Amino acid sequence: MNFVVPDFAPAATELFMAGMSLVILLLTVFMRQSARNVGYMLTQVTLIGAALITIFMMDGQVRLTMSDMYVDDLLGDVLKVLILFSVITALIYGRAYAADRGFDTPEYHLLALFSTLGMMVMVSSSHFLSMYVGLEMLSLSLYAMVALDRDSARSTEAAMKYFILGALASGMLLYGMSMVYGATGNLSLAGIDQAIYNQAAVYDGVSSKTVLTFGLVFIVAGLAFKFGAAPFHMWVPDVYHGAPTSVTLLIGSAPKLAAFAMAIRLLVGGMLDLAEHWQTMLMLMAIASLVLGNIAAIAQTNLKRMLAYSGISHMGFVFLGLLTGVVDGDRFNALNAYTSSMFYAIAYVVMSLASFGMIILLSRSGFEAENIDDLKGLNKRSSWFAAMMMIVMFSMAGIPFFVGFFAKMSILQSLVAADMVWLAVFAVMMSLIGAFYYLRVVKVMYFDEPVDTAPIHSAPDVRVLLSVNCLAIAALGLLPQQMIDLCQLALVASFPG
Amino acid sequence: MTGMPLLSLAIWVPIVGGLLVLATGSDRNAPLARSMALITSIIGFLVTLPLYTGFDTTTSAMQFVELARWIPAFNIHYSLGVDGLSVLFVLLNSFITVIVVVAGWEVIKKGVAQYMAAFLIMSGLLNGIFSALDGLLFYVFFEASLIPLYLIIGVWGGANRVYAAFKFFLFTLAGSLLMLVALLYLFMQSGSFSILEWHDLSIGMSAQTLLFWAFLIAFAVKVPMWPVHTWLPDAHVQAPTGGSVVLAAIALKLGAYGFLRFTLPIVPDASQAMAPMMIVLSLIAVVYIGFVALVQTDMKKLVAYSSIAHMGFVTLGFFILNPLGIEGALVQMISHGFVSGAMFLCIGVLYDRMHSREIADYGGVVNTMPKFAAFFMLFAMANAGLPGTSGFVGEFMVALGAVQYNFWVAFVAATTLIVGAAYTLWMYKRVVFGAVTNDKVAKLEDINGREFAFLAVLAACTLIMGIYPLPVTEVMHATVNDLLQHVATSKL
Repeated sequence: MNFVVPDFAPAATELFMAGMSLVILLLTVFMRQSARNVGYMLTQVTLIGAALITIFMMDGQVRLTMSDMYVDDLLGDVLKVLILFSVITALIYGRAYAADRGFDTPEYHLLALFSTLGMMVMVSSSHFLSMYVGLEMLSLSLYAMVALDRDSARSTEAAMKYFILGALASGMLLYGMSMVYGATGNLSLAGIDQAIYNQAAVYDGVSSKTVLTFGLVFIVAGLAFKFGAAPFHMWVPDVYHGAPTSVTLLIGSAPKLAAFAMAIRLLVGGMLDLAEHWQTMLMLMAIASLVLGNIAAIAQTNLKRMLAYSGISHMGFVFLGLLTGVVDGDRFNALNAYTSSMFYAIAYVVMSLASFGMIILLSRSGFEAENIDDLKGLNKRSSWFAAMMMIVMFSMAGIPFFVGFFAKMSILQSLVAADMVWLAVFAVMMSLIGAFYYLRVVKVMYFDEPVDTAPIHSAPDVRVLLSVNCLAIAALGLLPQQMIDLCQLALVASFPG
Repeated sequence: MTGMPLLSLAIWVPIVGGLLVLATGSDRNAPLARSMALITSIIGFLVTLPLYTGFDTTTSAMQFVELARWIPAFNIHYSLGVDGLSVLFVLLNSFITVIVVVAGWEVIKKGVAQYMAAFLIMSGLLNGIFSALDGLLFYVFFEASLIPLYLIIGVWGGANRVYAAFKFFLFTLAGSLLMLVALLYLFMQSGSFSILEWHDLSIGMSAQTLLFWAFLIAFAVKVPMWPVHTWLPDAHVQAPTGGSVVLAAIALKLGAYGFLRFTLPIVPDASQAMAPMMIVLSLIAVVYIGFVALVQTDMKKLVAYSSIAHMGFVTLGFFILNPLGIEGALVQMISHGFVSGAMFLCIGVLYDRMHSREIADYGGVVNTMPKFAAFFMLFAMANAGLPGTSGFVGEFMVALGAVQYNFWVAFVAATTLIVGAAYTLWMYKRVVFGAVTNDKVAKLEDINGREFAFLAVLAACTLIMGIYPLPVTEVMHATVNDLLQHVATSKL
């Protein structure tokens, strides 16, 4: 038996992160409690280092390694850099919050690192096995993080719910994968793609196609759970609400990008010939997510829950982009559709970071600013941050000149291009409903008198970063071209043809 | 033609100035914020003047054109230009902004910088709407302009301001979102967002009909036409004076302008087919809303309903599809910009002193405020369409055009001259004439220099336009003829 040493270069970032995580793990064991900052600093250094490695090794080539289980391409690199930056941002925002509540232990930062590593493995996987390993690494770290605030009953309950439903979803995903394996005899995505193509061409295998589509249903269900799209959304509001805000920040941002990568690799990279099947499923889920997310969000008084439901509706929009790629077996719209979907996912992550960042900014020791009413009169307390939050809210509502508008517009034009005008009309009607609850937040900040007059305390780095974050929403709205180009380039380089 | 990007200046000078005003921060710096806002608005007005002096009235082509790539992925351009339909609105808007800044000078005491900045930014956005030649650029300005007005109504408005602000925002957004889908559809058909290219795009009748409805809903809400007008009285009543002025003078014109820029030239066949329906809706607005105005007890609400009736005249003028009608409607729009703005300012003057808009709380104002009463008289007459004021010119032209179209349409429309006179003058009589009814009125002080200034300027505009409207009509002549030719050419 030959043992070939794999080429480690394509996975350099992940190896670096894994190595550093182990170093930090060892170091922090021997550190005194008072030296908590060291763990935080080392984590940030690791993340920044990983981002730099990814950026410098980015060259647009597609490289497979480790028995074709692992792929390094531009799509992966772009998403990894974005994931790393959003985790860095989330950790900076959440630092004081975690410290005030006493869970800024080394575990907190290590779990964040491991979850990031999991996301990166997911993004780069080209094989069911590596994908599943990445996914579980992410999920298990997040379950633990939700429960970090041990004394809070709400957090514990949220963690339990997240864990049980997450395990169920993983089970479904695995079950689906095993069926697809049974039907195609392959675990690698490229192999599955080829096998499906051959079967369709040669004998249009009826029996194996049934198994295949059955497997597909389970895979899509598992994916939808990770996205948090209806009807697999039940965990989202409870987990967002129950988790400490700094953890919600993490759950609500970067993992959406990882889920997007997983969806693109599985559905587009592996099963594009089954598009008519998964597109129908995505359509139903998108409609359900838009209706449920937007309508349920209206009834919320808790800002975190509101953002959770709004996140569900945003995932509906991401799905709307994914489902317009193949029209009647024709792929002319594919690039346009997946670009718009990716652009939307990125825009959502930027907005999500800013919105949860604002909640953290207004919270302080012993006080969670998580109700919408806690924003009352923010304009009088800090007109700068009220304006920033207003940008975020209008962007989420899809009002120009903010990035949320262009993200929505690109999805809508993709729908119109795919001859689904009715779906576009439906989507805009739902975003009209959505506008109501975003407007309510603006109303509370600007039209109402402040109840809480305590000055806003926060570290200067948080203030600056949050402002940059919010201004980026406006800047990306004024000049969205670069981001769209980047998405397009990444998709073209990674999926030629 | 000068080499300056005048339209860009008209858009971005107020916006950048507004952001600078915003930077002055808290109310401690209010005097600074006020002066900066005034300077910015005056510069913003001055840069639009060359648009008129340099305007070539012999051509219907776009002038002062600017073109730059904005979002190549969707073929979206930063494309600006004005023709006879739009140039006057850019001027009107920049002019009204100066008036609004002056009118809010000492009246607004809290959040001065934010108030002034909101108006300046909105002024820039509105100029953007009137000069955009790219469908998506138009849409972006169109929706972005909702944000400042939402804040103006909600922050500085009356007791029921939250309801009014939400209603205003959601009504308009509902309409414009459908328009977005229509714009995207046109983009898919033509591969471009250029409005001028859309004018020459051939579209089938069923698609035209759907597009017509999508545009109709967007613009009808904005105009507003009966029966989607209900947001306007709320918004007007709750908005601060400046907000009402901009809303009446400029924002309502956006919908009407949209009909001319999008509906008529892009879907001419559907427009012709739907014209009877539009005329009926317009007549309902003119007559029914006129009677609704008659019974109002709140002055602002009365003027708001009168605005709807006047805008009914405008849409009537558009859809009788002859030169007199469209030119008359455009004149009416400009005139209404001055007159309704002035009416709201007059009510604002009274409100600042009495903190009431109820007609019943007044009576005999002429005894204590004679100068004010004279101005109010003039604007009330103009609102009623008295010959010699600008209000008459537009209504008369539209009525003449309507006679060419169908006598009975003209007959019904002309009743507005009676109803309009009735509700305006009856309100004027109850507020201004008679003996002093209560102590509060007895203590009223007449208008100060600042108030005299802005009312006098508006009075001059109203009279000049009423006596010598040629400078206004000659600008639009070539473009209107071209537009009508365009509408007459079938696209099927």
